[in-house]
This record gives sequence, C-alpha cells and structure tokens, in this order.
Amino acid sequence: MIKLSATHLLYLVEAARWTILLSLLAFVGGSILGLPLAVMRVAKSRLVRVLATAYIQLIQGTPLLIVLFLSYFGLGILGYKLIPLVAAGLALTLYSAAFLGEIWRGCIEAVPKTQWEASDILGLNRFQQYAYVVLPQALRIAIPPTVGFMVQIVKNTSLASVIGFVELSRAGQIVNNSTFEPFVIFACVGAIYFVLCYPLSLAARTLEKRVHVGR
Amino acid sequence: MSVAEPIVLIDNVVKEFGPLRVLDGVGFEVAPGQTVAIVGRSGSGKSTLLRCIAGLETVQAGRITVCGHEVGLPGSAARAQLRRDVGMVFQSYNLFPHLTVERNITLALTLVKKQPKEDARRRAAEVLGMVGLTDKLLAYPEQLSGGQQQRVAIARSLALQPQVMLFDEVTSALDPELTAEVLGVMEGLAHRGMTMLSVTHEMGFARRVADLVVFMHKGKVWEIGPTAELFANPKTAEFQQFVGSEL
Amino acid sequence: MSYKFDFAFLTERWPDFVAGAWLTIQLTVLSIAFGFAVGTVCALARVYGGPLLRRVTGAYVETIRNTPLLIQIFIVYFGLSSLGLKLSAEVSAVIALTVNMGAYTTEIMRAGIQSIQRTQLEAADCLGLTRLQTILHVVLLPAMERVYPSLASQGVLLMLASSITSQISAEELTATANLVQSDTYRSFEVYIVVAIVYLALSALYRLAFWAIGLVLFERRRRLGTAL
Repeated sequence: MIKLSATHLLYLVEAARWTILLSLLAFVGGSILGLPLAVMRVAKSRLVRVLATAYIQLIQGTPLLIVLFLSYFGLGILGYKLIPLVAAGLALTLYSAAFLGEIWRGCIEAVPKTQWEASDILGLNRFQQYAYVVLPQALRIAIPPTVGFMVQIVKNTSLASVIGFVELSRAGQIVNNSTFEPFVIFACVGAIYFVLCYPLSLAARTLEKRVHVGR
Repeated sequence: MSVAEPIVLIDNVVKEFGPLRVLDGVGFEVAPGQTVAIVGRSGSGKSTLLRCIAGLETVQAGRITVCGHEVGLPGSAARAQLRRDVGMVFQSYNLFPHLTVERNITLALTLVKKQPKEDARRRAAEVLGMVGLTDKLLAYPEQLSGGQQQRVAIARSLALQPQVMLFDEVTSALDPELTAEVLGVMEGLAHRGMTMLSVTHEMGFARRVADLVVFMHKGKVWEIGPTAELFANPKTAEFQQFVGSEL
Repeated sequence: MSYKFDFAFLTERWPDFVAGAWLTIQLTVLSIAFGFAVGTVCALARVYGGPLLRRVTGAYVETIRNTPLLIQIFIVYFGLSSLGLKLSAEVSAVIALTVNMGAYTTEIMRAGIQSIQRTQLEAADCLGLTRLQTILHVVLLPAMERVYPSLASQGVLLMLASSITSQISAEELTATANLVQSDTYRSFEVYIVVAIVYLALSALYRLAFWAIGLVLFERRRRLGTAL
C-alpha cells in the first residue's frame, strides 16, 4: 500500500482541469441547444411547443447516468470510436439543454406581454422582437439561475467517471485504488468540487439579490 | 380617576426601539367591565402600548398588571396565565388561512385548554352565533369578506373566555359598511360587560361606546378621562386639534 | 447503419428489471421520507435557531449542495467502512440519499417557513399556543403547501439520482441494467428499456406527490386555490 502523498493531491488537482473542461463543453453545448428549446417552448405553433416539451420531459424524466450510457453505447452503434470525452460531452449537453431550456423559458415568459405588443405595434418581426426587445430583458433575470445551474453541471461531470473518463472523480478512484484511504481521498475530491462550485453558488445568490433590488 | 379594583394597571411604562422612545412613562388604570378607547395619531405609541399589554413586546421600565398578574414575567406558567387573562384581535385579522373557521376557533380550545373536540365545537358554534356567523362554520377565511374575517377573529379570541380583550385598529383595513358590522359586534361585547381596550380611529365608536378615552401623543398619555367629559372640554391644544381633524 | 435492435433479452430478464425497479422505489421512498424529516428540522433550525445552530445547518446545506452525489456516496460507503463502520450498499445508499435530500429540503422548506408572516405567529401566541404547537399547527403545513411543487420536483430528482448508487453496487434499477448488458451485450437496448422504466417511475412519483398533496392540503382540495 502506497502512502497518500503530495503527488497524489497534485494528480487530483490536475484531473480537476478535465472536470472544468467538460463543464465548459456541457455549458456551451447546452446553451447552443437550450436557447432554441426555450424559444420553441413559447412558440406560436402547438406542434413546436409539444416537440420541445417532449424533449425536456424525456431528459428530465431519465437519470443523467442512463443518458450517459445511451450516448456512450449509441455513438458506438453509429460506428464512432468510443471516446469517453465525446460521449460525456454529448450526454451532458443533452442534459444541460433540457434544464437550461426550461430555465430560460421561464425568463422569457417573465418579460411582460405588453413588451411583445409594443414591439409588434412598431412593426418588428418575430426575430427582431426576440433579438432587440425580449431576450435582452430576459437575459437580466436569466443570469442568476443560469449561474446556479452551472453548479449542477460541474457536479454532474463526476458521472463521466463511470464510462472511464479520467476527470476529478475518476482520478480519486484511481488514487484510492493504490493508497486505499477512501475517506481522506474522497474528502479531498469533495473539497476540490466545493472550491469549484461554491463561488458559483455564491455568485448566483448575489446576482439574484441584485436582480430583485433592481426591479 | 380612582377605581377600587383595577383589572388592568399600567404604571409608568417605558418602551424603546433602539434609540427611539415609543412609550415614555405611560400609566393608567382600567376597571372591570370598562370599555377604553385609546386614540391618537399614528406614531403616538398606542398600538405599541396594546402589544405591551398583550406581552408581544417587552417593556424597558415600568409595570403592567392584568388581573393581578404582572405581564412579562419569565417562564411558561406566567405566559399561560397571561393568555388566559388577555385576548387580542389584530388589524390584519391573522386568521390561519389553511384552517376552516371552526378549526381556527377550536385550535386553541383543544391544544391549550385541552377541551374534548365535541365541547370545542359546541363552543365554536356558540361564539360564532355571538358574532352572527353561524353559517360560516365550515368556510375557509379566504371565502369571507374582511368584516366577516374580523368577526371570526373576535369569536376566536372570545371562545377562550379572556378577562380582558384588546383590539388593535381592528377596522382600519375595512370598508365603512364592513366596519359597521365589526363595531356592532364590539358594542355588543361592551354591553355584556367585557373589559375592552381598543386602539381605534373610529371617533363615533369611541364617543358612543367607550367609558374612558385615552389620548396618546408622543409616547405619553396626553389626556385621559370619561368620554363625554373629555370630548366636551378638551384641555390640550393637541387633543382639540386631533378631535377636529378626525371629524 | 446496419445495426439490428434486439430486445430478446427481455423475455428472460424482465424479472430482474422489476426487482431492480422495486429496490429503486424502496431506497428512494425511504430517502425522500427521511430526507424530508431531516430537511424540515434543519429548516426550522435555520429560521428559528440560535447563531450556532444556523451556522451548522448552513454549513451542512452548502457542503452537500456544492459537492457531487457520487462523491457523497463514496464517502459513506467506502469512507466509513475504511474507518471501521461497515455498512451494506443499500444502507449506505439510503444514508447518502437522505443526507442529500435533507440539504435540498432544508433550503426549500426554509423559503416556505420564511413566507409565513410574523403576524401568524403573534396570533398563535395570543391564543396561548406554545412554540411547538405553533410550529406544528400554524407554520409547517402552510409553509409546506407553498413550496410543495419544489418539494415534489426534488423528490423526483432524487429518485433519478438514485441511479448513481449503482456505483457502489446497490442492486437497484441501473445496477440491474449494467449487469444485464454485460451478460447480453445488448447495451443500447438495455439502457433504452431502463430509460423507459425510469420515465414511468418519474410519472408515478409525480402522481404520488399529487395524491399526497390532495390528502395533506384539505383547503386546497376544497377550494382549489393557492395560499
């Protein structure tokens, strides 16, 4: 049995970079997919709304771990080589999109109806209404819950360890396999996650207060 | 005025909120069965005085005694005694929104007085009869008008058979016609001999029903006396002005 | 793409899925119930407690909410056993899920309790109710009613998150899937089946929460309005 050493801790910290990378990937991917979803959720066409709702319900009713397995093995079926980073990135993107879409829908709906009417009277088309009137206002309310959701993303990247992607959690397991001091090691891993997440939580709370004061 | 056996005794009470002195040496006595109207501008300390009598605020100096028991003594026994002696009705009714009218009334009867459910129910029907709302037994507060809610609040307090009832601007949130029905109930109580202290803006009610009027100003009892006497010859400019503005 | 879907494994293995789903239900119903109890007590401590109590519960909530459930499960299962406290995978799962649910419930219930106006407490005080009676009869039920949708969502989220306990080989639904797929090599199909089972469980839990709400909130049942 090898003693836990500074080298091990350094290894964990280095692995945390992959956690951050995966989080960013998921957030960017989730945003790119989530915004259209949010807009679709409030679309005029019933069919479009139903489609978006179905997607969100599907993802929100399935464990992320299962989405991850489906993405991992699904990509395999499609003939792609099984790259854990890609599979994890895809799963987290699909997952984040559903939740961000739902969060942002709420923000879009929070913009008063009169704003739509006023911009309609001015002759703006639907796209212009979104781009110049609605989304800029929705953005202000959207920032705090979005930052809050980033905490969920960071935590959920830990599931990528299950398909063998060496991020922070997997690194913790690897160190544990050689040193067998699970309590200390996983406490350290937890602490690193905390360091990544807590500032985001604090920021979300502070921003939320600011939005409320500003209204 | 001197009464042989005061039921409420307020002696030189001082209450401060931080640097602000809200009650500045307030003192008077109330005889059993008396109806007292406490009047004054907002910020004169009249509501705070009522809350001190109810034990909702602690005083910095002075003494309040109700039915021979000092208010504000530590311990749950003293607290329970105060609750047996004093009932309070609030401006915002404060009914419990998740409970029916009946349960609002029986809650304390069963929990505090440990009455059997059946007795408590009978009592609820009885007091609701006194405020003219027998048919609202199973309604929820939100289904009632403000005036009806306030009458339920009075009934809820009455059910516990307090010796003294405190009314804190109970009609301030109500329309004139709803005000009348609540004041009617209070007038009935006064005639039945309930000792009542009422902070009120209703000068008509004060003139008609109160035995004693206390005019508060700047945290002090500025003027006090039997109703007719006081309104007939106000001694201070402030009370004159107040009576003039309220009419 | 020439992939042929094959769900033949179901004819033989469906009892395994049923057993897995049943364990998932058992684990999560317990955890939700315990977690709700823990969270409610902590929320009360957080609102009405002294400075020390407020700080301790605050630290609990922040620690749990800012670390992954996977790591929490590892600490309970591997960590505690390395310290000499050997627990079965199922017990560890319930403990970790309870602690997790408790933290989120604390925050949700805190918001509910804080939404109860002070005047309600004063009214209860004036009627002679003790502090405990006030909390039980005047504070908790309306507080819970106000945040009930959030509580229900959190319950569903916890049920889904319980799939992570497969990583300490609690033989619940996801672990069953892992087992079946390694036996049959029909990975994609197996996880599709399990995804459908989870979707059904989500619907079932939502329905259950709705029914519990009907029983708990009599006023809402009769009037259909929010507090």
